[in-house]
Amino acid sequence: MNLISEIGRFVLFMKFVLHRPEKAKVFWKITFREMYLIGIDSVLIVILIATFTGAVTTIQTANQLLTPSDLFPTQLMPKFVIGAVVGTSSLLELAPTVTCLVLAGKIGANIASEIGNMKVSEQIDAYEVMGINSASFVTLPKIVAGLIMIPCLIIIANFLLIYGGVMACSATTSLTADDLIQGARLVFKPLYLKVMLTKSFIFAFLITSLSAFQGYYTTGGALEVGIAGTKAVTKICIFILFFDLIIAQLFLKS
Amino acid sequence: MIKIEHLDKWFDDRQILFDINTEFKPGVANLVIGASGSGKSVLIKCMVGLLEPDKGKILYGDQDFISLEYHHKQNLRREIGMLFQNNALFDSLTVEENIDFPLRMFSKMSPEERKERVNFCLEKVQLTNANKKYPAEISGGMKKRVGIARAIALEIKYLFCDEPNSGLDPLTSRVIDKLLVDITKEFNITTIINSHDMKTVLDIGEHIIFIYNGQKWWEGGKSELIDARKSNKELDEFFLASF
Repeated sequence: MNLISEIGRFVLFMKFVLHRPEKAKVFWKITFREMYLIGIDSVLIVILIATFTGAVTTIQTANQLLTPSDLFPTQLMPKFVIGAVVGTSSLLELAPTVTCLVLAGKIGANIASEIGNMKVSEQIDAYEVMGINSASFVTLPKIVAGLIMIPCLIIIANFLLIYGGVMACSATTSLTADDLIQGARLVFKPLYLKVMLTKSFIFAFLITSLSAFQGYYTTGGALEVGIAGTKAVTKICIFILFFDLIIAQLFLKS
Repeated sequence: MIKIEHLDKWFDDRQILFDINTEFKPGVANLVIGASGSGKSVLIKCMVGLLEPDKGKILYGDQDFISLEYHHKQNLRREIGMLFQNNALFDSLTVEENIDFPLRMFSKMSPEERKERVNFCLEKVQLTNANKKYPAEISGGMKKRVGIARAIALEIKYLFCDEPNSGLDPLTSRVIDKLLVDITKEFNITTIINSHDMKTVLDIGEHIIFIYNGQKWWEGGKSELIDARKSNKELDEFFLASF
């Protein structure tokens, strides 16, 4: 019952958010600032996470597939298979899902506490009294900025995952960068790109809208603002994993 | 003029306001007084639309604010200014950007005209040399002045002040009170001040409403207040407790 009423509240909130902005010039000015905060400010963490995850995935996959075992003779395993596994999992899962789980912590907590703080310090009320649709004014620029910048970050992450894999190859003798690239290219399907972009737009919407929703309904003081940030991140992570499963089921069901 | 008719407000199963009826006239400092938790903030929040009353009418001129459609309500709100208890200044904007904000959103003024209006408002509240400062860099009294300047930036008809003296020293409180009265008279606006500061009441209260446990307990001018105390135990207790 609680979940249903929460979903209902979210739908009503979005009904207010998805309104034509009061003044386009002001809206775009705020949106560009948000694009900087959401996108440019997150580049460093995305570079670090993607490069290291790519390297670790390559090393671990190579270890699993190239270590001699009784079940499967490793000499029969073409090395490009490692590239195929790393490339596909990067495109389908690591770039969109892992990156967005990290961004949920960084961007989601930030948005929830920013709006939560505005709420408890009556700034949201001040917008309302002025005759401004506060839900739309504080949330819509963040959603638009997220929908533009998060997919860009995911595309960057995808390249860096492969780059991390290539770097890992140079540190090992069992696999070359050519094997990795060849494998990744061999199994590439345009469908995978479609899945990655679908995930990135849906996750971007979830990160920005759920965190804004959580912040907007904060009541109390500084303690509740902190709690709103934590709750926002938890909810975003749950919904990202849930939609990840649904998208995989919809697009990749064999 | 603002008229309130039979206003009730409930929070779940607890009634906060009981059948409030009153009238606020322009050009006069209207004071809503009462102890903490008496319902005076709820009354002001109902009047500006931050809370929805369960029953009654709030008439701005001849328009019932409660039954107005959303966009009509938003248009009416552009005639309302509000000074919040915690000032509610926008943290990320400087003093002049805070005052310029409603002008940028709703007026058709050029940037030069807006700048002129911002300076005019700052002069009105006697605040100079703080244009480029952020709210975090100025004192409590200065924040109140910026809040008033922002509230009057657009040519408003109604000004609401929720505890304008909270957190201020007695001297600054008197300055803010005087400022509110001067602005009310000069622009002939309907000003409603929510306060539990008896000094404010005695200084500027031309029309006073005493709220007790969510009910309008007494209404009158400051000259009648002293006499009313003799026959009104609750008002007398509140009066004495305020000193």
